[in-house]
Amino acid sequence: MARGDLLALFLHSLALWFVSIGGPSTILPEFHRYLVEAHRLMSNSQFVELYTLAQAAPGPNFMYVTLMGWHLAGWTGAALMTIAVLVPTMTFSLILGHMNQRRPNGTVGHVVKRGLTPITIGLMCASSTILIRAVNHNWRAYLLTLVTVTFVLRTPWNPLWLLAVGALAGVLGLV
Amino acid sequence: MEPTESSKTRISPYRLFLIFSQITLAGFGGAMFWARRRLVERERCLTDREFVEFLTLGQLLPGPPGLNLTVLVGYRFGGWAGAVAAVGGFVGWPFLVVIGMGVLYHYYGTLPIVQRALTGMSIVAAGLIFATFAKVVKVLPRRWQPVLFAILAFVGVGVLRWPLLWVIGALAPMALFAAWREQS
Repeated sequence: MARGDLLALFLHSLALWFVSIGGPSTILPEFHRYLVEAHRLMSNSQFVELYTLAQAAPGPNFMYVTLMGWHLAGWTGAALMTIAVLVPTMTFSLILGHMNQRRPNGTVGHVVKRGLTPITIGLMCASSTILIRAVNHNWRAYLLTLVTVTFVLRTPWNPLWLLAVGALAGVLGLV
Repeated sequence: MEPTESSKTRISPYRLFLIFSQITLAGFGGAMFWARRRLVERERCLTDREFVEFLTLGQLLPGPPGLNLTVLVGYRFGGWAGAVAAVGGFVGWPFLVVIGMGVLYHYYGTLPIVQRALTGMSIVAAGLIFATFAKVVKVLPRRWQPVLFAILAFVGVGVLRWPLLWVIGALAPMALFAAWREQS
Protein backbone atom coordinates (compact mmCIF):
# COMPACT_ATOMS: atom_id res chain seq x y z
CA MET A 1 0.00 0.00 0.00
CA ALA A 2 1.39 3.41 -1.01
CA ARG A 3 2.38 5.77 1.78
CA GLY A 4 -0.03 8.46 0.53
CA ASP A 5 -2.98 6.02 0.51
CA LEU A 6 -2.14 4.90 4.04
CA LEU A 7 -1.97 8.48 5.27
CA ALA A 8 -5.33 9.23 3.63
CA LEU A 9 -6.86 6.15 5.27
CA PHE A 10 -5.43 7.18 8.64
CA LEU A 11 -6.81 10.71 8.40
CA HIS A 12 -10.17 9.42 7.19
CA SER A 13 -10.51 7.00 10.12
CA LEU A 14 -9.34 9.64 12.57
CA ALA A 15 -12.13 11.93 11.35
CA LEU A 16 -14.67 9.08 11.45
CA TRP A 17 -13.89 8.19 15.05
CA PHE A 18 -14.11 11.83 16.06
CA VAL A 19 -17.76 11.89 14.99
CA SER A 20 -18.63 8.30 15.93
CA ILE A 21 -21.18 8.85 18.66
CA GLY A 22 -23.17 5.72 19.37
CA GLY A 23 -20.40 3.21 18.94
CA PRO A 24 -18.45 1.33 16.32
CA SER A 25 -21.52 -0.20 14.64
CA THR A 26 -22.20 3.16 13.00
CA ILE A 27 -18.62 3.16 11.68
CA LEU A 28 -18.63 -0.26 10.02
CA PRO A 29 -20.70 0.66 6.92
CA GLU A 30 -18.50 3.70 6.33
CA PHE A 31 -15.30 1.61 6.50
CA HIS A 32 -16.86 -0.82 4.07
CA ARG A 33 -17.69 2.01 1.66
CA TYR A 34 -14.19 3.49 1.92
CA LEU A 35 -12.13 0.29 1.74
CA VAL A 36 -14.21 -1.86 -0.60
CA GLU A 37 -16.28 0.44 -2.82
CA ALA A 38 -14.52 3.79 -3.06
CA HIS A 39 -10.84 2.81 -2.98
CA ARG A 40 -10.91 -0.92 -3.75
CA LEU A 41 -8.25 -1.68 -1.16
CA MET A 42 -9.78 -5.09 -0.43
CA SER A 43 -12.55 -7.28 -1.82
CA ASN A 44 -15.95 -7.61 -0.19
CA SER A 45 -15.24 -11.17 0.95
CA GLN A 46 -11.87 -10.15 2.41
CA PHE A 47 -13.64 -7.40 4.35
CA VAL A 48 -16.21 -9.83 5.74
CA GLU A 49 -13.57 -12.46 6.58
CA LEU A 50 -11.31 -10.01 8.39
CA TYR A 51 -14.27 -8.61 10.32
CA THR A 52 -15.40 -12.10 11.34
CA LEU A 53 -11.88 -13.10 12.33
CA ALA A 54 -11.49 -10.04 14.57
CA GLN A 55 -14.81 -10.81 16.26
CA ALA A 56 -13.52 -14.29 17.10
CA ALA A 57 -10.61 -12.77 19.03
CA PRO A 58 -10.96 -11.71 22.66
CA GLY A 59 -11.12 -7.98 23.19
CA PRO A 60 -13.25 -5.03 22.17
CA ASN A 61 -15.30 -5.23 18.98
CA PHE A 62 -13.52 -2.39 17.24
CA MET A 63 -10.27 -4.37 16.84
CA TYR A 64 -11.33 -5.24 13.30
CA VAL A 65 -9.84 -1.90 12.21
CA THR A 66 -6.46 -2.97 13.62
CA LEU A 67 -6.65 -6.24 11.73
CA MET A 68 -7.62 -4.48 8.49
CA GLY A 69 -4.75 -2.03 8.98
CA TRP A 70 -2.35 -4.93 9.45
CA HIS A 71 -3.72 -6.66 6.37
CA LEU A 72 -3.21 -3.52 4.27
CA ALA A 73 0.10 -2.21 5.57
CA GLY A 74 1.63 -4.51 8.21
CA TRP A 75 2.62 -3.21 11.64
CA THR A 76 2.49 0.42 10.53
CA GLY A 77 -1.07 -0.04 9.28
CA ALA A 78 -2.16 -1.82 12.45
CA ALA A 79 -0.61 0.87 14.65
CA LEU A 80 -2.08 3.77 12.65
CA MET A 81 -5.61 2.33 12.58
CA THR A 82 -5.46 1.72 16.34
CA ILE A 83 -4.11 5.22 17.03
CA ALA A 84 -6.98 6.62 14.96
CA VAL A 85 -9.39 5.06 17.49
CA LEU A 86 -7.42 5.95 20.59
CA VAL A 87 -6.76 9.65 19.96
CA PRO A 88 -10.37 10.92 19.66
CA THR A 89 -11.66 8.54 22.33
CA MET A 90 -9.03 9.39 24.93
CA THR A 91 -9.18 13.12 24.22
CA PHE A 92 -12.90 13.45 24.93
CA SER A 93 -13.01 10.90 27.76
CA LEU A 94 -10.13 12.52 29.61
CA ILE A 95 -11.67 15.98 29.28
CA LEU A 96 -15.00 14.70 30.55
CA GLY A 97 -13.36 12.59 33.26
CA HIS A 98 -11.40 15.60 34.41
CA MET A 99 -14.50 17.82 34.56
CA ASN A 100 -16.43 15.08 36.34
CA GLN A 101 -13.62 14.69 38.87
CA ARG A 102 -13.39 18.37 39.70
CA ARG A 103 -17.11 18.80 40.21
CA PRO A 104 -18.50 15.31 40.78
CA ASN A 105 -21.79 16.66 42.03
CA GLY A 106 -22.07 19.68 39.74
CA THR A 107 -25.60 20.32 38.52
CA VAL A 108 -24.91 19.72 34.82
CA GLY A 109 -23.07 16.43 35.35
CA HIS A 110 -25.68 15.27 37.80
CA VAL A 111 -28.58 16.09 35.46
CA VAL A 112 -26.85 14.41 32.50
CA LYS A 113 -26.06 11.24 34.45
CA ARG A 114 -29.43 10.93 36.16
CA GLY A 115 -31.41 11.98 33.12
CA LEU A 116 -29.78 9.70 30.57
CA THR A 117 -29.23 6.60 32.71
CA PRO A 118 -32.78 5.30 32.04
CA ILE A 119 -32.14 5.62 28.29
CA THR A 120 -28.88 3.65 28.63
CA ILE A 121 -30.75 0.89 30.45
CA GLY A 122 -33.50 0.83 27.81
CA LEU A 123 -30.91 0.66 25.03
CA MET A 124 -29.09 -2.17 26.80
CA CYS A 125 -32.32 -4.17 26.80
CA ALA A 126 -32.91 -3.28 23.13
CA SER A 127 -29.45 -4.32 21.95
CA SER A 128 -29.62 -7.64 23.78
CA THR A 129 -33.04 -8.53 22.36
CA ILE A 130 -31.97 -7.48 18.83
CA LEU A 131 -28.88 -9.63 19.17
CA ILE A 132 -30.82 -12.57 20.59
CA ARG A 133 -33.23 -12.48 17.64
CA ALA A 134 -30.43 -12.01 15.10
CA VAL A 135 -28.24 -14.92 16.18
CA ASN A 136 -30.82 -17.49 17.28
CA HIS A 137 -32.29 -19.57 14.50
CA ASN A 138 -33.68 -22.64 16.27
CA TRP A 139 -34.95 -23.77 19.67
CA ARG A 140 -31.55 -25.13 20.72
CA ALA A 141 -30.03 -21.70 20.23
CA TYR A 142 -32.77 -20.05 22.31
CA LEU A 143 -32.21 -22.70 24.97
CA LEU A 144 -28.49 -21.85 25.04
CA THR A 145 -29.27 -18.15 25.50
CA LEU A 146 -31.76 -18.97 28.27
CA VAL A 147 -29.23 -21.23 30.02
CA THR A 148 -26.63 -18.43 29.79
CA VAL A 149 -28.95 -15.84 31.37
CA THR A 150 -30.02 -18.22 34.16
CA PHE A 151 -26.44 -19.29 34.80
CA VAL A 152 -25.23 -15.70 35.14
CA LEU A 153 -28.12 -14.57 37.34
CA ARG A 154 -28.31 -17.63 39.59
CA THR A 155 -24.71 -18.80 40.04
CA PRO A 156 -21.45 -17.04 40.97
CA TRP A 157 -19.40 -19.15 38.54
CA ASN A 158 -17.34 -17.78 35.70
CA PRO A 159 -19.36 -17.90 32.47
CA LEU A 160 -16.22 -18.11 30.35
CA TRP A 161 -16.75 -21.81 29.84
CA LEU A 162 -20.28 -21.11 28.60
CA LEU A 163 -18.59 -19.34 25.68
CA ALA A 164 -16.56 -22.51 25.12
CA VAL A 165 -19.78 -24.55 25.16
CA GLY A 166 -21.27 -22.09 22.67
CA ALA A 167 -18.24 -22.38 20.39
CA LEU A 168 -18.41 -26.18 20.56
CA ALA A 169 -22.16 -26.23 19.88
CA GLY A 170 -21.50 -24.01 16.85
CA VAL A 171 -18.72 -26.21 15.52
CA LEU A 172 -20.88 -29.32 15.92
CA GLY A 173 -23.68 -27.56 14.06
CA LEU A 174 -26.17 -27.77 16.93
CA VAL A 175 -27.13 -24.10 16.97
CA MET B 1 -30.67 0.65 50.06
CA GLU B 2 -27.29 0.07 48.47
CA PRO B 3 -24.64 2.78 48.87
CA THR B 4 -24.66 5.31 46.05
CA GLU B 5 -20.87 5.63 46.03
CA SER B 6 -18.25 3.01 46.72
CA SER B 7 -15.54 3.66 49.27
CA LYS B 8 -12.49 2.95 47.12
CA THR B 9 -10.83 6.08 45.77
CA ARG B 10 -7.43 5.06 44.37
CA ILE B 11 -6.16 2.04 42.46
CA SER B 12 -2.53 1.82 41.32
CA PRO B 13 -1.87 2.09 37.56
CA TYR B 14 -0.29 -1.38 37.61
CA ARG B 15 -3.43 -2.87 39.13
CA LEU B 16 -5.66 -0.98 36.67
CA PHE B 17 -3.54 -2.43 33.87
CA LEU B 18 -4.10 -5.93 35.26
CA ILE B 19 -7.84 -5.45 35.81
CA PHE B 20 -8.47 -4.20 32.28
CA SER B 21 -6.17 -6.85 30.78
CA GLN B 22 -8.34 -9.49 32.37
CA ILE B 23 -11.58 -7.78 31.34
CA THR B 24 -10.48 -7.54 27.72
CA LEU B 25 -9.06 -11.06 27.48
CA ALA B 26 -12.31 -12.53 28.77
CA GLY B 27 -14.34 -10.12 26.68
CA PHE B 28 -15.65 -12.14 23.78
CA GLY B 29 -18.67 -10.44 22.28
CA GLY B 30 -18.36 -7.11 24.04
CA ALA B 31 -16.62 -5.93 27.17
CA MET B 32 -19.70 -4.67 29.02
CA PHE B 33 -20.57 -7.91 30.79
CA TRP B 34 -16.99 -8.61 31.87
CA ALA B 35 -16.35 -5.01 32.92
CA ARG B 36 -19.39 -5.03 35.21
CA ARG B 37 -18.55 -8.45 36.64
CA ARG B 38 -15.00 -7.38 37.46
CA LEU B 39 -15.52 -3.79 38.61
CA VAL B 40 -18.84 -4.14 40.45
CA GLU B 41 -18.86 -7.75 41.70
CA ARG B 42 -15.18 -8.65 42.16
CA GLU B 43 -13.26 -5.44 42.87
CA ARG B 44 -16.28 -3.67 44.37
CA CYS B 45 -14.76 -0.37 43.28
CA LEU B 46 -17.98 0.75 41.57
CA THR B 47 -21.64 0.35 42.50
CA ASP B 48 -24.15 -0.69 39.84
CA ARG B 49 -25.36 2.89 39.69
CA GLU B 50 -21.87 4.30 39.13
CA PHE B 51 -21.24 1.63 36.50
CA VAL B 52 -24.34 2.62 34.52
CA GLU B 53 -23.43 6.30 34.88
CA PHE B 54 -19.96 5.66 33.45
CA LEU B 55 -21.57 3.62 30.67
CA THR B 56 -23.95 6.50 29.92
CA LEU B 57 -21.07 8.96 29.68
CA GLY B 58 -19.14 6.46 27.56
CA GLN B 59 -22.00 6.29 25.06
CA LEU B 60 -22.32 10.06 24.81
CA LEU B 61 -18.69 10.49 23.83
CA PRO B 62 -17.26 9.70 20.39
CA GLY B 63 -15.46 6.39 20.11
CA PRO B 64 -16.26 2.85 21.24
CA PRO B 65 -18.27 2.96 24.51
CA GLY B 66 -16.14 0.19 26.06
CA LEU B 67 -12.97 2.16 25.45
CA ASN B 68 -14.54 5.34 26.84
CA LEU B 69 -15.56 3.40 29.94
CA THR B 70 -11.96 2.17 30.31
CA VAL B 71 -10.55 5.71 30.09
CA LEU B 72 -13.15 7.14 32.49
CA VAL B 73 -12.67 4.40 35.09
CA GLY B 74 -8.87 4.49 34.74
CA TYR B 75 -8.84 8.27 35.20
CA ARG B 76 -11.28 8.13 38.12
CA PHE B 77 -9.09 5.73 40.12
CA GLY B 78 -5.59 6.54 38.89
CA GLY B 79 -5.51 9.91 37.14
CA TRP B 80 -3.65 10.26 33.84
CA ALA B 81 -1.31 7.35 34.56
CA GLY B 82 -4.29 5.20 35.51
CA ALA B 83 -6.14 6.03 32.29
CA VAL B 84 -3.09 5.19 30.16
CA ALA B 85 -2.45 1.97 32.09
CA ALA B 86 -6.10 0.87 31.79
CA VAL B 87 -6.14 1.54 28.04
CA GLY B 88 -2.79 -0.26 27.68
CA GLY B 89 -4.29 -3.36 29.26
CA PHE B 90 -7.61 -3.04 27.42
CA VAL B 91 -6.18 -2.55 23.90
CA GLY B 92 -2.60 -3.91 24.13
CA TRP B 93 -3.36 -7.63 24.37
CA PRO B 94 -6.14 -7.70 21.75
CA PHE B 95 -3.79 -5.76 19.45
CA LEU B 96 -1.27 -8.61 19.61
CA VAL B 97 -3.89 -11.37 19.47
CA VAL B 98 -5.68 -9.92 16.48
CA ILE B 99 -2.41 -9.57 14.55
CA GLY B 100 -1.59 -13.17 15.43
CA MET B 101 -4.92 -14.11 13.87
CA GLY B 102 -4.04 -11.94 10.88
CA VAL B 103 -0.86 -13.96 10.38
CA LEU B 104 -2.85 -17.20 10.49
CA TYR B 105 -5.41 -15.76 8.05
CA HIS B 106 -2.58 -14.76 5.74
CA TYR B 107 -1.38 -18.36 5.51
CA TYR B 108 -4.56 -20.39 5.86
CA GLY B 109 -7.51 -18.10 5.07
CA THR B 110 -10.59 -18.26 7.28
CA LEU B 111 -11.81 -21.69 8.02
CA PRO B 112 -15.59 -22.26 8.05
CA ILE B 113 -15.05 -23.70 11.52
CA VAL B 114 -14.18 -20.22 12.86
CA GLN B 115 -17.46 -18.89 11.46
CA ARG B 116 -19.43 -21.72 13.09
CA ALA B 117 -17.70 -21.39 16.46
CA LEU B 118 -18.39 -17.68 16.31
CA THR B 119 -22.10 -18.29 15.72
CA GLY B 120 -22.28 -20.40 18.88
CA MET B 121 -20.31 -17.87 20.90
CA SER B 122 -22.48 -14.96 19.81
CA ILE B 123 -25.55 -16.80 21.09
CA VAL B 124 -23.94 -16.96 24.54
CA ALA B 125 -22.71 -13.35 24.22
CA ALA B 126 -26.28 -12.18 23.56
CA GLY B 127 -27.34 -13.90 26.79
CA LEU B 128 -24.50 -12.20 28.68
CA ILE B 129 -25.67 -8.75 27.57
CA PHE B 130 -29.25 -9.52 28.58
CA ALA B 131 -28.02 -10.74 31.98
CA THR B 132 -26.10 -7.48 32.45
CA PHE B 133 -29.30 -5.57 31.70
CA ALA B 134 -31.20 -7.72 34.22
CA LYS B 135 -28.62 -6.91 36.88
CA VAL B 136 -28.41 -3.15 36.39
CA VAL B 137 -32.13 -2.54 35.86
CA LYS B 138 -32.51 -2.30 39.65
CA VAL B 139 -30.77 1.10 39.68
CA LEU B 140 -33.67 2.56 37.71
CA PRO B 141 -35.56 4.84 40.12
CA ARG B 142 -39.06 3.52 40.80
CA ARG B 143 -40.86 6.54 39.46
CA TRP B 144 -42.92 6.74 36.30
CA GLN B 145 -40.67 9.16 34.41
CA PRO B 146 -37.36 7.21 34.39
CA VAL B 147 -39.25 3.97 33.77
CA LEU B 148 -41.10 5.56 30.85
CA PHE B 149 -37.85 6.80 29.24
CA ALA B 150 -36.29 3.35 29.58
CA ILE B 151 -39.34 1.73 27.97
CA LEU B 152 -39.47 4.29 25.13
CA ALA B 153 -35.76 3.79 24.37
CA PHE B 154 -36.30 0.02 24.32
CA VAL B 155 -39.40 0.17 22.10
CA GLY B 156 -37.91 2.73 19.68
CA VAL B 157 -34.65 0.88 19.08
CA GLY B 158 -35.47 -2.72 20.00
CA VAL B 159 -39.03 -3.14 18.68
CA LEU B 160 -39.62 -0.47 16.03
CA ARG B 161 -35.95 -0.58 14.96
CA TRP B 162 -35.68 3.16 14.45
CA PRO B 163 -32.14 4.55 13.98
CA LEU B 164 -30.32 4.92 17.29
CA LEU B 165 -29.41 8.57 16.76
CA TRP B 166 -33.04 9.57 16.10
CA VAL B 167 -34.27 7.85 19.22
CA ILE B 168 -31.56 9.35 21.41
CA GLY B 169 -32.03 12.74 19.73
CA ALA B 170 -35.74 12.68 20.53
CA LEU B 171 -35.57 11.22 24.04
CA ALA B 172 -32.40 12.78 25.48
CA PRO B 173 -33.64 16.42 25.56
CA MET B 174 -36.89 15.35 27.26
CA ALA B 175 -35.06 13.13 29.76
CA LEU B 176 -32.57 15.90 30.53
CA PHE B 177 -35.39 18.42 31.00
CA ALA B 178 -37.21 16.06 33.36
CA ALA B 179 -34.04 15.45 35.39
CA TRP B 180 -33.29 19.18 35.50
CA ARG B 181 -36.79 20.02 36.79
CA GLU B 182 -36.48 17.33 39.42
CA GLN B 183 -33.14 18.80 40.49
CA SER B 184 -34.35 22.36 40.99
